[in-house]
Amino acid sequence: MIVHWLDPMLVLALLVNFFMLGASRLRAVIYAVAFQGVLLGLMPIFVHGEVGWWLGLLVIATIVIKGIVIPELVSYAMREVFISREIDPVVPFVPSLLLGAAGTGLALGYARTLPLAPSHSGSLIVPASLATVLTGFLILTTRRKAITQAVGYLVLENGIFLFGLLLIEAMPFLVEIGVLLDLFVCVFVMGIIIHHINQEFSSVSTEHLARLKD
Amino acid sequence: MVWNLILIPLGMAAVVFAVPSNRWRPWLLPLTCLGHLALVVVVLGQPSLLGQPSLISREHWLVLDPLAKVFLGLISSLFLLCTFYTAGYLSKEPERSNRVFCTCLLLSLSMMTLVILSHHLGLMWVAMEATTLTMAPNLYFHRNPRSLEATWKYLLICSVGIALALLGSFFLAYSTLHAGLEESTLFFDDLIRQAPTLSRPWMHAAFILLFVGYGTKMGLAPMHTWLPDAHGEAPAPVSALLSGALLPCAFLAILRIYHICVAAGDAAFARQIMLAIGLLSMAMAAVFMIRQRDFKRLLAYSSVEHMGILVIGIAIGGWATFAALLHVINNGLTKASLFLSAGNLQSAFGSKQTENVCGALRRLPLSGGLFLAGFLAITGSPPFGPFVSEFSILTAAFSTGQYWTGSLYLLLLLVVFLGMGATVVGLVLGNPPETAGPAPFQESFWSGAPIVALMGLVLMLGLCLPAPLREILQEAAVFLETGR
Amino acid sequence: MVGILIHILLVVGLPPLLLGVIVKTKAVFAGRVGAPVLQPYYDLIKLWSKETLLSGTTTWIFWVGPAVALAATGVAAFLVPLAGEAAPISFAGDLILLAYLLGLGRFFQACAALDTGSSFEGMGAAREVTFACLAEPVLFFGLLVLAKLSGTLSLSAMLAGPLSSSWQSSGASLLLVLVSWFVLLLAENARIPFDDPNTHLELTMIHEVMVLDHSGPVLGMIHYGAALKLFLFAALIVRVAMPFSLRNAWLHTGVFVIGMLLLAVFIGVVESVMARLRLVQVPRLLVAASVLSAFSFILLLR
Repeated sequence: MIVHWLDPMLVLALLVNFFMLGASRLRAVIYAVAFQGVLLGLMPIFVHGEVGWWLGLLVIATIVIKGIVIPELVSYAMREVFISREIDPVVPFVPSLLLGAAGTGLALGYARTLPLAPSHSGSLIVPASLATVLTGFLILTTRRKAITQAVGYLVLENGIFLFGLLLIEAMPFLVEIGVLLDLFVCVFVMGIIIHHINQEFSSVSTEHLARLKD
Repeated sequence: MVWNLILIPLGMAAVVFAVPSNRWRPWLLPLTCLGHLALVVVVLGQPSLLGQPSLISREHWLVLDPLAKVFLGLISSLFLLCTFYTAGYLSKEPERSNRVFCTCLLLSLSMMTLVILSHHLGLMWVAMEATTLTMAPNLYFHRNPRSLEATWKYLLICSVGIALALLGSFFLAYSTLHAGLEESTLFFDDLIRQAPTLSRPWMHAAFILLFVGYGTKMGLAPMHTWLPDAHGEAPAPVSALLSGALLPCAFLAILRIYHICVAAGDAAFARQIMLAIGLLSMAMAAVFMIRQRDFKRLLAYSSVEHMGILVIGIAIGGWATFAALLHVINNGLTKASLFLSAGNLQSAFGSKQTENVCGALRRLPLSGGLFLAGFLAITGSPPFGPFVSEFSILTAAFSTGQYWTGSLYLLLLLVVFLGMGATVVGLVLGNPPETAGPAPFQESFWSGAPIVALMGLVLMLGLCLPAPLREILQEAAVFLETGR
Repeated sequence: MVGILIHILLVVGLPPLLLGVIVKTKAVFAGRVGAPVLQPYYDLIKLWSKETLLSGTTTWIFWVGPAVALAATGVAAFLVPLAGEAAPISFAGDLILLAYLLGLGRFFQACAALDTGSSFEGMGAAREVTFACLAEPVLFFGLLVLAKLSGTLSLSAMLAGPLSSSWQSSGASLLLVLVSWFVLLLAENARIPFDDPNTHLELTMIHEVMVLDHSGPVLGMIHYGAALKLFLFAALIVRVAMPFSLRNAWLHTGVFVIGMLLLAVFIGVVESVMARLRLVQVPRLLVAASVLSAFSFILLLR
């Protein structure tokens, strides 16, 4: 089932994770997540081997939504608020990188304990998916700008999509499309909220969103 | 028949969106909920639909099983009473457009019904995600910086939780694939039937992810950080529905996963985790309730505490399962009445801070009195309903030999009572501060009657549990415990 | 015997040529004609005939330091296998010796810089050793990957024939090692984006500022030592990138030289298209390279 091109693509996706953890320019991070989305969109072809009509539709839809539409939405939000850099996250860039590396190592280790079906054994999909989820979670929790937090959420969803690759043959179409749709709607709504945040505070640093506490 | 339960609010949401009049639009809400409740009563009453789940064919996406019945009744009645209050609430702010607000309320009713009825893990997940999204605009009704912050936190944290729950669902689906079944499936009936053959490591990982994910929506610590902000800043009826209806829906999702674990014979693992998180929730809520300056946040932490109690009840098992399901209803009704009366207090005094609110019993006898009664109910005083359920959980803990759990539970209940009591007594008793000019808020029928109805129900549940309700709860408890 | 002769010829003759090729590439990119490719040789000859000026405030460390550095790098040069032949000195564990010889050289150079008592040199020394600390794991993880693939701990055995079959089985790991070692090369040899070799501003220098006060033959020793260090790292990279071995020793040497010159051109290209990083961003890049090489090692383990 797995063509041997899949593993290098997964390694590339993981490298994109590291890049996103270390990059401070927002445009670079958005391009990176778009690239990762396109990469993930192409993977069903390599998981399956042959391309049926609905698989092709899924691939095209994923690439368009993850690679073009959503990054465009996030860029639009970025242009509206005129920010270009993430300054000084809660956890600085170097420790973020190290945490991401530790998380990837942990994901690789934990994935060893999860037994795979015979047709999937030896694949990097489970560790890659867990590592991407951890990276997304890290970006989400340690960055100050609302837009970067939204990008972190996108990476989290990418990780989940990666795992979904294992189930493409067996899962009903409904949930795969549900994932994509949910992603789209979430980002759309997040974009609206970011717009309102910007209008309210003239900034999208979430430092302004810290008044509610005990 | 059950499809109508979902489609009617959906259709009415479209109608509400189209209605141009800001004044009459809110009144469509209680109308819809009345219809919804009537349909629910009919559906619950029909014996033909009370079939055994194993007899239903596997292609059923929506099934009314015993667990669903409990939650459906709660949601429907809560929505009815809260929408009556909402109609009165919105009529006091005629200049603010309530189109989006009303539409989203009906959409969330529809989606919550879908969550309850759905028997497919994926469909339940989609519906849960939809409830997150439909509630978000309602949090932002008042459009100030604080509610914006609350909405952002709510959206972000709950979306992350839902994403983790999706990963957990995928893990569960993969466990069926790995077990070498003919095709992987996410229908609950199939999962329960095949549970003993599913791969253990995958099931454990799936349970943890699903518990963390849906637990975020439920408000369990340490994922509860969105709850105080969201409940504190949302309009009163929205807070009431969040606490009384949305959190129990997330609890139902967790119950379904626990059901699968029980069917797989792996309940011990699930119980340990649930017990730990439940106690942690109660502890964190207790700590933050002491000297809480904002009484709506106080109520939010009380919600966290009660979600902890629910999970502890399930973890203890046996008689405590029945008590936990009863507590879902008790907590939902009491919390709703508390939030609604708190809303009245906030409108009357113009502030949520405890230093500005004092002497509520004198300024607003009805709301203040109901608020005090609600406080007594929620902290477990007889003769109200929550006393019965909380006490049952306690006795179940001691009778099954879990002395540490029971003692800790009792201690935390006491701390909560003291902490909350200090604040509430300060709010309710004493003399109201002098205000120049006429009071902005007058108690009306619509702002008082729903709360009276809710407290009446709570009192009735405490004094005497009606037989049909007892049967439904018993059936649900047996359904959950035996894994069939 | 022939192998050792070739090795000595390459070690003695090639390093300055690499520097010349890099400078020429940068000039071509900038649209200039630039200095001749053999200019570094002329510079060394010129420096040899000048006199060494020693400051009154310095001690013997000042002129011993560069000498020890050159000696250490020279010995290290005999540990690294070139042109497909085994290195003249090779034993199990010589990769540790390689790393520490380079470290010894760096230590003495930093001491010589501190010895002058000038604040510029001290600043340069501090930066140099900090970045070297951060860059250290890259070398080690890369060597670990090679050690795991070949099952030995000797450089000559690790970089010998079996490497070509390792590319098929663990191509991703080796590619990551190559990328991270390239970043290491740029860092250790004070190339853009870590340090600008052409800058005149002492406050922005790292390596250049350490050698500000040296002159004459001692300066020649320093320049030659730096070129030799670049040569060593480049040799490692070229060997990993082109792991095949040919029958004829002279043919293999020719291929090796061409590979080195191509790498020098590539370094020149990278230097021309990139700008120098802000100093606070340098640790980020180095940590990223460490993470890459650690990741390549972890990939092997699964």
